[in-house]
Amino acid sequence: MSSPLLEVRDLIVHFYTREGVVKALDGVMLSVGRGEIVSLVGETGSGKTVTALSIMRLLDHNARIVRGEVLFEGRNLLQLSEEEMRRIRGREISMIFQEPKSALNPVLTVGFQLREALEAHGEEGEAALEKVLSMLRRVGLPDPERLVNRYPHELSGGMAQRVMIAMALLMRPKLLIADEPTSALDVTVQAQILELIQSLVREMNTSVLFITHDLGVAAEISDRIAVMYAGVVVEQGNVYDVFEEPLHPYTRGLLAAIPRPGRELMAIEGEVPSLLNPPSGCRFHPRCPAVMEVCKRVKPRLVEVEPGRLVACHLYGGE
Amino acid sequence: MEGARRTSIRGSLLMARLVLSSPTGFAGAVIVAGLLILSLIGPVLAPYDPYKQDMSERLMPPSWEHPFGTDQLGRDILSRVLYGCRISLSIALLVVAISATIGLLLGLVSGYFGGLVDEALMRVTDLFFAFPRLILAMAVAAALGPSIINTMLAIATVSWPVYARLVRACVLQVRNETYIEAARAIGAGHVRILFRHVLPMVVHVVLVQATLDLGSIILLAAGLSFIGLGAPPPTPEWGLMVSEGRLYIRSQWWVSTFPGLAIMISALGFNMLGDALRDAFDVRLGR
Repeated sequence: MSSPLLEVRDLIVHFYTREGVVKALDGVMLSVGRGEIVSLVGETGSGKTVTALSIMRLLDHNARIVRGEVLFEGRNLLQLSEEEMRRIRGREISMIFQEPKSALNPVLTVGFQLREALEAHGEEGEAALEKVLSMLRRVGLPDPERLVNRYPHELSGGMAQRVMIAMALLMRPKLLIADEPTSALDVTVQAQILELIQSLVREMNTSVLFITHDLGVAAEISDRIAVMYAGVVVEQGNVYDVFEEPLHPYTRGLLAAIPRPGRELMAIEGEVPSLLNPPSGCRFHPRCPAVMEVCKRVKPRLVEVEPGRLVACHLYGGE
Repeated sequence: MEGARRTSIRGSLLMARLVLSSPTGFAGAVIVAGLLILSLIGPVLAPYDPYKQDMSERLMPPSWEHPFGTDQLGRDILSRVLYGCRISLSIALLVVAISATIGLLLGLVSGYFGGLVDEALMRVTDLFFAFPRLILAMAVAAALGPSIINTMLAIATVSWPVYARLVRACVLQVRNETYIEAARAIGAGHVRILFRHVLPMVVHVVLVQATLDLGSIILLAAGLSFIGLGAPPPTPEWGLMVSEGRLYIRSQWWVSTFPGLAIMISALGFNMLGDALRDAFDVRLGR
């Protein structure tokens, strides 16, 4: 990997709410290589979706990107104009969502919405329809000619997610951001969808940023994995390494919290901190079993302990 | 897409069935249809020229010759009521078309973009809501002078804020839906999203409000004419006719009563149809 397709550097995002400033992202570092599938795992509220929306520049009005860079093929997306960004969305980077049925407009037909993904980038007419139909076939939906005239409520969750995948891949983007795409689906359907995403992106050489809270899913699909906690990426590495030998105490806790037969379930003590008033130093320190004095004062940087293996913890920093 | 059109026709038929299946909806639809037909062919049905005066025939009670009687200038009231139908309905439809369009556009922009534009726009609507509609319309009409066009302008000026508020509230709900985010994620621009994704979700609200509004606009227009700020004489406008007959109301009741009934029936018709439409949309949304 010479230069990664996507590189997020030191991204800080704040939300201005009535209760105060929510420091949602606190220096996120992340990279996705070409053709690579990277999972972003973490608990609800750890900032996975905010990271995704920051990359797409789709954050709500009350969010401010305080600092950082989102480098996509070397270009900083945060400095593009809204129109330049619009051209990138869907064509270079596209996104699929957790609830496939609510990601489709209920009053418009499936075909209309799929064609819109092409129209938004200037492709119209017969050729566009042909493209839509062949894409629907590729995501394994039978009888696409009839499907295009259907409304979203006539589809099952799995079908709807296939439609969304088709829509996201229509323009052959270089990066697909999948925000919990299988969390709302039945387990059997989940496996099919994962397989579909995996085979399609391999075929099209599309990179994926796969957001999930399900470590099993992450292990299944990804090449590399990045673990987030309270707005910080605490560990990043090859999926086997991270699962075999987790470095960060939080990752260890997370893996121990996966129920397995014949083993006692370990819970991480304490609660996810409020990001209105996050802990000083390392955001994990109040819950960390290996806490040291320095953790309370100094925020650990993400350092490369082995090639491709990064962790943000004073246990490894040597600083 | 042809299939989509077919489904939307099927949807409209379903809506029509739902509206007609309720007694008030049916009655409202019949009245409104009747009004529409009368405003089209009324002048053909009218037995006399509505402007033709005949002082020897003044203030005649209803008879076979003049079913609704004649007024203080000997004009046939039935003919005048029939001509008036076209006037009242045109005023109402035009005003609603203008104010609903303005309100819809402003509401869409306000709700979708939010921020300062929204804040400013909503304070302007607050200003309008601080006064009764009739008082404001009177002020505008008085400033513009009595004519039918000015009546319409006056009423439109005071009618759009309701639509803007309604649409904005609806857009606020729709704006945070995932499908809006998804549409942005495929690279759709704001204009495309507003008109293709948001607009269809708010149209029904505007439709119901517009139908209900037609009734009150007919009343408002009649009210303005009644106090001399609307259509000038000798226009066969219902409100004006009621006003002209009020001197004779004790002895020659028919002069005011028939145009008054026309006003009442049309306002009632639009209200009943509007209510039924609203219920029908509720059923569809609640299912």
